[in-house]
Amino acid sequence: MFHPLFHLRTHSRYRHWSIGLLAIWLSGCSEHPISFLDPQGPIAAAQRHQLGVIIGLTSIVVLPVLILTPWLIVRYRYGSRSTYRPHWGFSKLADIVIWGIPCLVVVALAVVAWRGTLALDPYRPLSGSEDVKPLRVQVVGFDWKWLFIYPDQGIATVNELVVPVHRPLALKLTSASVMQGFFIPALGSQIDVMNRMVTQLHLEADNQGEFPGKNMQYNGKGFHHQHFVARVVDDSAFQNFVTRTRESGMTLGPRVFDRLMAQNTGRALVQSLEAPGADNATHEGDRRLRFGHLPANLFDDIVEHATPDWSSIKSGGTRNDASSSPEARP
Amino acid sequence: MTHWADWMLGRLDWSALPFWDAIVDPTTKNIVNAIIASGAGAMVILGGLIVVGVLTWTRRWRWLWREWLTSPDHKKIGIMFIAIALVMLARAVIEAVFMRLQQAFGLDGGFLTADHFGQLFTTHGTIMVFFMAMPFLTGIINYVMPLQIGARDLSFPVMNSISLGLTAAGAAIVMVSLMLAPFSTGGWSGYPSFTESAANPGAGVDYWIWAVTLSTLSSTLTGINFAVTIYKQRAPGMSWLRLPLFTWTALCTSILMIFGMPPLTVATALLALDRYLDFHFFTADLGGNMMNYINLFWAFGHPEVYILILPAFGIFSEIFSTFSGKKLYGYGALVIATLAIAVLSFTVWLHHFFTMGQSAHINAIFGIATMLIGIPTGVKIYDWMLTMFRGRIRFSVPMIYAIGFIMLFVIGGLTGIILAVPSVDYQIHNSLFLVAHFHNMLIPGLLFGMLGGTNLWFSKAFGFRLEERWGRRAACCWIVGFMLAFFPLYALGVLGMPRRSVAFFEPAYLPWTVAAMVGAVIILVAMLCLLIQLWVSVRDRHANRVPGGDPWDGRSLEWSVSSPPPEYNFPVIPEVHSRDAYMRQKETGGGAHPRPDDYEDIEMPANSAMGPIFAITGFLLAFGLTWYQWWLVVAAGVAALIALIARGYVRDTTRLIPAAEVRRQHEAWLATLASLTPVTRADEQSAANRGLPASPIEGAVQ
Amino acid sequence: MSSTPIRHPGLNLGHAHAEAHEASESLVFGFWVFMMSDLIIFGLLFATYVTMLGGTAGGPGPGELFELKSAFIETSLLLVSSFTFGMASLALKYRTDRKVLVGWLVVTLLLGLAFLGHELYDFHKMFTEGGVPSRSGFLSAFFALVPLHGLHVTAASIWLIALLGQIAVHGLDTQTKTGLMRLAILWHFLDVVWIGIFSLVYLGGTA
Repeated sequence: MFHPLFHLRTHSRYRHWSIGLLAIWLSGCSEHPISFLDPQGPIAAAQRHQLGVIIGLTSIVVLPVLILTPWLIVRYRYGSRSTYRPHWGFSKLADIVIWGIPCLVVVALAVVAWRGTLALDPYRPLSGSEDVKPLRVQVVGFDWKWLFIYPDQGIATVNELVVPVHRPLALKLTSASVMQGFFIPALGSQIDVMNRMVTQLHLEADNQGEFPGKNMQYNGKGFHHQHFVARVVDDSAFQNFVTRTRESGMTLGPRVFDRLMAQNTGRALVQSLEAPGADNATHEGDRRLRFGHLPANLFDDIVEHATPDWSSIKSGGTRNDASSSPEARP
Repeated sequence: MTHWADWMLGRLDWSALPFWDAIVDPTTKNIVNAIIASGAGAMVILGGLIVVGVLTWTRRWRWLWREWLTSPDHKKIGIMFIAIALVMLARAVIEAVFMRLQQAFGLDGGFLTADHFGQLFTTHGTIMVFFMAMPFLTGIINYVMPLQIGARDLSFPVMNSISLGLTAAGAAIVMVSLMLAPFSTGGWSGYPSFTESAANPGAGVDYWIWAVTLSTLSSTLTGINFAVTIYKQRAPGMSWLRLPLFTWTALCTSILMIFGMPPLTVATALLALDRYLDFHFFTADLGGNMMNYINLFWAFGHPEVYILILPAFGIFSEIFSTFSGKKLYGYGALVIATLAIAVLSFTVWLHHFFTMGQSAHINAIFGIATMLIGIPTGVKIYDWMLTMFRGRIRFSVPMIYAIGFIMLFVIGGLTGIILAVPSVDYQIHNSLFLVAHFHNMLIPGLLFGMLGGTNLWFSKAFGFRLEERWGRRAACCWIVGFMLAFFPLYALGVLGMPRRSVAFFEPAYLPWTVAAMVGAVIILVAMLCLLIQLWVSVRDRHANRVPGGDPWDGRSLEWSVSSPPPEYNFPVIPEVHSRDAYMRQKETGGGAHPRPDDYEDIEMPANSAMGPIFAITGFLLAFGLTWYQWWLVVAAGVAALIALIARGYVRDTTRLIPAAEVRRQHEAWLATLASLTPVTRADEQSAANRGLPASPIEGAVQ
Repeated sequence: MSSTPIRHPGLNLGHAHAEAHEASESLVFGFWVFMMSDLIIFGLLFATYVTMLGGTAGGPGPGELFELKSAFIETSLLLVSSFTFGMASLALKYRTDRKVLVGWLVVTLLLGLAFLGHELYDFHKMFTEGGVPSRSGFLSAFFALVPLHGLHVTAASIWLIALLGQIAVHGLDTQTKTGLMRLAILWHFLDVVWIGIFSLVYLGGTA
């Protein structure tokens, strides 16, 4: 059986040298890969490969124009001695060529587009190897920050998506505000997130590292601040992250939720959640919000515009919502 | 007292002044932005005052009213459309330069506030599409098409004047938003739910809705007018396959306007219902669905792309054949390709939102449909190259634009194919790659076409040629500036930079944004060159007069009449025997300018104030709606309705030009012609060119 | 039959009205084109209505709000008015005395106004039952589609009154005749759109 993922993996290994060069030139060997030209997962790698194929195929039609036009205007310039046939306006052979070749190229492109689009469908689950289950994450776009809920782990983060390497990611996404576009360029496709609607996205990371993520759809004056980081770590680091967040993460109660729903950037959110009098000495500059206690079905309630079930928050933590303060990064 | 003021002003108050933020909250950034915004407003006021002053000083008000504002003449209406387009082009280019400057300093900051930047990209897009491109192409079709088909005017001259009025009203609304801010920050496409009152309760989105609606209504009427004219007013013998290619593209564009504009009318009307009357079409709650808006918008938006580009294709067809001194290659194929593009343009709207979560099969089908448009477009490019093949190419200004177009447009085509593949689009959607792509289609495509067309037909409209040297400088600056401003955006797009970002935090972007800024400045220089070209041309107009009317050895009927043509266009309606009707007339023995045996009285439409009335009432209606001044809305609406009903009672809608007068004018022109010395193409750009070509071009073989 | 060529779709005035017949070629053709453009607007609103049928958001739906009897009466009024306008068009073409024409036009106008009155009464009733456009997406779609048709009928009625005035002032000259020709097209067009509304909205909603 042909499996699309097989297709993807061969591509990820395949180095299209010209695109690779372009990537290095464009991104200057960035420490945090910001583009699919420097792919960090199978989807982005396949997209880079497809880009090369499409440019190659389309060049069959485009290059002759770029080469022949200068030749034509030099050779047939006014005052030259080349042939001049003012009444010539049709040639069957030329017409066959100029209709035929674009048609053939479009047929080839159509095949590439059809197969590529089905294979890279954001909704298509990535199965990975047999024994690895995809990591489920629910993503909520707020003005102007992202909330990541890990339903199976019972934790949540703001502007920080921590995932294990080589494990497929199954994202369900919505917006608590206007339309936004969720995008981690180095890993793969973007997908729109919309209020009262749920979209899906499947990604996977091949390498560890920190990859920037962003919102692509303008949603007001804080739009350009709506960044997050996708932190790809190994399995044990991920387990560590889950455990520590469960133990010492703050509680996502009504007060935090109101702050999330308000229009603010991630940084302003952290500042506004600072408990009065809390000592900041242990806090690092790029603190991120991590939640160990949150209402059950928070994602569904946000989609349905329902009030989250605050009573369902397990009182496992020592902190309650009223006195919580953001956790310093581990 | 305050009650009355509230009633009169609606929600308009001091905070609408562009410098209000700087007074309330005088931070450095607010002050800088206030200076920029108020400066722009002051420029508009100053410009308006200068125009009023000059008109009053030279006592030209009556002249303006009689000869221009109330004129039903398609030629004058066309020129006024283009005048609006050029003024709006200037504003939108300056806005673009500010955006490029901001992004060049935008690493972690910049000098513009996010809100100001949002207004800049919204007005830039809205103006360029609805108040630059649309009036420009409408103006050129208005001027040229009736002359090309041998008609005396459009089928509905007064409706044409109303179309102009509505576009002028919309443009005025966008201009007023500089003085009484803000404009929308929702982009030219105005996606809800961002543009719903829940997220954006202010006046900005309402300005946008009514400006766009006025433009849409104008274009719908224009489309009907053009299509009916081409169907019904062609000269005897002008069969479908003898139409000049520009007229063919004008026809296809009009048909697209007739069917493509209503979806936008519906989209903006429903958005207005949501905002004004608490309807729930696109709201997030109570059963609304913003995806309906996106579908409606692009059901307009994609045909719109071809409304914009087809007339430019037509102009390029005329330019390539005229300045290659050669018959157009593949006329039939070009007609078929134009029709195919027009039909296909309705089948691809979904490619504007591949990332909205629909099934991969639907995405793939629309992606492939999009690529299909590449076939007729590619054929057109090769047809133009084959038109140059075995020609005698003269590098006049229109031809420079055309060559720039053909080389750059195919690059836009390549990136268009890249965007059409959904799986790759998932990476570059909404990035600067997209911005670079559509500018690559619209600047070398539409704008070069319009500027080339202006250089081509200017002498027809005003009787003297545009100056060549400054014209060439402008064209070269446009080409270089375009490449420098937009090729870096392709790179930024692949590097994942979102469009509409006021600032960014990736140092890797910086070199590219700086390069793009330099390009934008070169485009500004190109605009200056255009201005100087116009100035120099008017200054030297006596040296560059072309009373013969045919300075480029033209092929279609517009070149067979004097420059400028008489208001009735043709003393006697010509009989058409072939394609390239005028070229054939010149080549066969009959003589290029036959003297008719007899002249007849000519019935022309009489002046009408309907255009200005609709301009004023349309403007006041939109202004009142924007600021909740309901008395103004009712007053303007009733006034427009009364004007419309009263127009039905008017009976003196035409006036006769006596045969004797036609004879006198025609014979005077024939006498002028007889006094001119024909020039060969070698002297085309010299002062010796008085509009009478010596044909045929030497050295032809068959 | 006359040998006058057919100049546009629909009823042609024919050779007895030579000048008006010639003038109507572009005018009536242009009006047909305008109708096509208008039809796109109605088509899109129909499509919007269908996609929003489910969006009642817990508010009243078609079953609770629509009354078939009332819609049937409106349909009858409009259909009969279309017939009477047809009679007016025939009177315009074949009769020299304008009393018959004016008579049919007045009857048409009264039927049109009766339709509007009935429709307003229906809307009023829906409002009292909580069927207001701000209640749900479904009701928004309804109140965009059906009242837009009503607005068209209002505009057509105003135009008809204006034309009756023109007949009184200028008699049956070319402009009045071509005006009546175009209004006739609009009137029948609105009938066709209403049949769409009746079938899709009312029959579909109460079935």
